Amino acid sequence: MDIDKVFKALADPGRRRLLDQLHGENGQTLGALCEHMDMTRQAVTQHLQLLEDANLVAVVWQGREKLHYLNAVPLHEIYERWIGKFERSRLGALRNLKKKLEGNDNDKT
Amino acid sequence: MTKPSFVYVSYIATTPEKVWQAFVDTDVMAQYWVGPTASCSRVNVSDWKPGSRWEHQHSDDASAVDIVGKVVESDPPRRLVYTWARPSEAEDPSKHSRVSIDIESQGDGLVRLTVSHEDLERDPTMLAGISGGWPKVLSNLKTFLETGRALPQPSPAAA
Repeated sequence: MDIDKVFKALADPGRRRLLDQLHGENGQTLGALCEHMDMTRQAVTQHLQLLEDANLVAVVWQGREKLHYLNAVPLHEIYERWIGKFERSRLGALRNLKKKLEGNDNDKT
Repeated sequence: MTKPSFVYVSYIATTPEKVWQAFVDTDVMAQYWVGPTASCSRVNVSDWKPGSRWEHQHSDDASAVDIVGKVVESDPPRRLVYTWARPSEAEDPSKHSRVSIDIESQGDGLVRLTVSHEDLERDPTMLAGISGGWPKVLSNLKTFLETGRALPQPSPAAA
């Protein structure tokens, strides 16, 4: 799997919002995802295709419904590559502090 | 078929047979399947025949069993399906969730591995554990099969 594709897929706020939606509720159809997106169905389809090509979204067919799942495996590979096991707890503490001070966990852009 | 709770996909440069081995052979599993606390690796022990029991054991202590279940389907080297439950809930099928492992050759020495986990919604604690666990297992498996690198052993100071 090409890591460039993963970063390219993540470099767009619309696509990050789609991943946020799947993180909130996994296994959604295109129609359900479109309800919360301020863009055309065609644009959402294209973004999903790019996410699927990067293996950040996995697709399962259930009857005639195409369900989209957030696939965290490539993100875990990035995490493993750059975050050593000794840094984890300190980073967790920093993240909690930031969350507490800013009162917000997600980037909303 | 109910809607899966999670679907994880990994593309691995290897053969379907090697991926299959990695899910049924404890010697292979012990080298990449980490436990949540990483104190020691985990192995899944069974004869992998449909109807047989399997146990998710600590690799250094076979009596430490975190998860148990029954083998539902076993079609080497393509598909393995088993149920998944806490040992205390082993006798209550309504508490079992279900794991499907699909191994597809993509040609050119590439394998698409899909792990889906169904029927977890009613168990938020298990759901949370699973969502952290599988990506780690699949990412370790990929590294192990592609580079031959085993898990780092915990240093004496950290243990």
